Amino acid sequence: MSGTYLGLPSFPDAAHTSTHDTQLRANLTHATHTIRTKRATAINELPDWPQLRTAGAAIKDHTLHHLDHYLLQLETAVTNAGGTVHWATDADEANRITTHIIHTTGETEVVKVKSMATQETGLNEALHTAGIHAYETDLAELIVQLAHDKPSHILVPAIHKNRTEIRDIFHNEMAHWGRPAPDHLTDNPTDLAEAARLHLREKFLRTKIGISGANFMIAETGTLVVVESEGNGRMCLTLPDTLISIVGIEKIIPTFQDLEVFLQTLPRSSTAERMNPYTTMWTGTTTHDGPKNFHLILLDNGRTDTLADTTGRQALRCIRCSACLNVCPVYERAGGHAYGSPYPGPIGAILTPQLRGTTTPLDASLPYASTLCGACYDVCPVAINIPEILVHLRERVAEQGEGHRAERAAMRAATWLLDHPAALSAVERAASATRGLHPARLPLPGPAKAWSDARDLPDVAAEPFRAGWKKARGAGGAPRKDKDTPR
Amino acid sequence: MRVALFLTCVNDALYPGTGWATVRLLERLGVEVDFPAAQTCCGQPQFNTGYRHETEPLVRRMARAFDGYDYVVTPSGSCAAMVRDNYPRIGAKALAEGRGPELADAAASLQNRTLELTEFLVDVLEVTDVGAYFPHTVTYHPSCHGLRMLGLGERPRKLLQAVKGLELRELDGAEECCGFGGTFAVKNPDVSLAMGHDKVRHALDTGATILCGADNSCLVHLDGILRRNHAPLHTLHLAEILASTEQHPYQPTTTGATR
Repeated sequence: MSGTYLGLPSFPDAAHTSTHDTQLRANLTHATHTIRTKRATAINELPDWPQLRTAGAAIKDHTLHHLDHYLLQLETAVTNAGGTVHWATDADEANRITTHIIHTTGETEVVKVKSMATQETGLNEALHTAGIHAYETDLAELIVQLAHDKPSHILVPAIHKNRTEIRDIFHNEMAHWGRPAPDHLTDNPTDLAEAARLHLREKFLRTKIGISGANFMIAETGTLVVVESEGNGRMCLTLPDTLISIVGIEKIIPTFQDLEVFLQTLPRSSTAERMNPYTTMWTGTTTHDGPKNFHLILLDNGRTDTLADTTGRQALRCIRCSACLNVCPVYERAGGHAYGSPYPGPIGAILTPQLRGTTTPLDASLPYASTLCGACYDVCPVAINIPEILVHLRERVAEQGEGHRAERAAMRAATWLLDHPAALSAVERAASATRGLHPARLPLPGPAKAWSDARDLPDVAAEPFRAGWKKARGAGGAPRKDKDTPR
Repeated sequence: MRVALFLTCVNDALYPGTGWATVRLLERLGVEVDFPAAQTCCGQPQFNTGYRHETEPLVRRMARAFDGYDYVVTPSGSCAAMVRDNYPRIGAKALAEGRGPELADAAASLQNRTLELTEFLVDVLEVTDVGAYFPHTVTYHPSCHGLRMLGLGERPRKLLQAVKGLELRELDGAEECCGFGGTFAVKNPDVSLAMGHDKVRHALDTGATILCGADNSCLVHLDGILRRNHAPLHTLHLAEILASTEQHPYQPTTTGATR
């Protein structure tokens, strides 16, 4: 994945900072709660939501099982329609192919449709190194780019910014990238949108190359689909002479008809809209209309490895709706940057360690960035069992990690104790006998300190249940004549 | 009907009162309760932290301890969910790793008989009014595993609403996680506490004097925050409220008296 995210702190360390950022917390709580409520309303309108969810998961699973077949079918269809198909095994290769295509045209500027795939490959940074300016045209991506920041949400990349901060970014940065912000710009959303519109319009009309990802690729027709809300995407996809689309291989669906499921579930899950305002589809090239050259770059970048894992492969069903982010209590407090990749939140916690591996402290910490509360699974429109995959990946991390040696020893000791009830009973009795000595706060390092820094430790019972039961009831269940059940 | 109490390790050591309350409640409703002494822990801490193999002896132990009982009833949605949701997964993986069907069989033997307390009351005994008396204002936090993995739905709240004298106050953001999450509480203490403080704030906003839950593992986290901040709110397991009657009202069995 993108080099821009490498070297970031582990999730707990990043969250240590972000949870204490009151402005960030307020921005995130407000935004996620608003969209969460709207989404629930939009979903409840559909009596067949459970069936749509099952259908979406089934279509994706079927496609993933026969991915080789559908990818070749797609390649043939795109080629027959006048497009050129490239295959990229990793981020570097995708960026190299893209850079080469742009160099061939002699252009030095591109406009971009918001795209997770190009965030993943770090395309903008690669193009910058090659002397090519990439302009983000999605409003939120524009804000993030102008601020020299990173996206913190899949759908709302600038969710961590409020409108006053955005006004300041526009005011200070727009002039360096093109048309400056109007004088006396206010933080009124209408004024901010107008400033962005004027700034971007100049880019759309001048730039000869557009770069996009795609929400879906239809194998039977070779059609690519982008859904969006602002119309900037349609401008990028139709105005330039050359269109380069960089798409993860899991974005494929077999037929045009399959699309109807996702065009219902995606907008409702993501923006809580019944349908998304702009759906743009393109199939190769068309005479006298749209781009004259079309290049499709099919991106693997860890996806076939993910596919090989029978539990983890569910993550490849993801349609990037971000519903899981908006309900996640951990994301809400930690913020998107703590996840150290373009994919934050619950889906990021399972997708990033699969695409990127679990060798860095950051990637190894991601499967633990969840309480396993299951809210993400509940809302997922393609029924990805995110908690199941988190636990599965924790096992992978625990098995490979040197850092988990002490933890494994502790877990083994606990299992031994719990597999020997007489020993457990002795430990419990000892703890009860010394309970008056247990402090409510522990001056120790490690997990005990992490608990007791801000929480009192619980009291140990005067008499553990198993000891009391043995005394009152003996081996059987009925109360002894001489004893009563403790009150 | 032979019913075994699956107490859970947390309740055994820290909340025996919840165990006794469960016993009193069930016996009051005419159920014969046994406590198989071979039981210990379901293995959830190991499993959820990534130590599946360390869980396996405990799966076997659970299956042996509760062999022959019609129902295994537990006052913990989280531990019931471990048995119902994760045991089959552990069995299937052992099978896939070529280690035979033994663990899968052990998991299957428990899966359909293991019920969380409110499920047993509402679905098997078919009662919602258990004859309890508890003259306090109460707010209820539905723990995630009971809520989502088991789908307890309205069962706990229906039971609470039928308690004489009890005033149930609605908890804002009730279905949001409290931030405990087992080892999450110490692996990600900042986020855990941020979530816990929000939950506690909402609970205090209700004006209730009791924060009730059906899972002591969540309550140990919330209680730790409440006590550290000397907040005027006490946590209590649902079983203790349901066990309380006019003749034998709730009395704390473990108090902070040692501090």
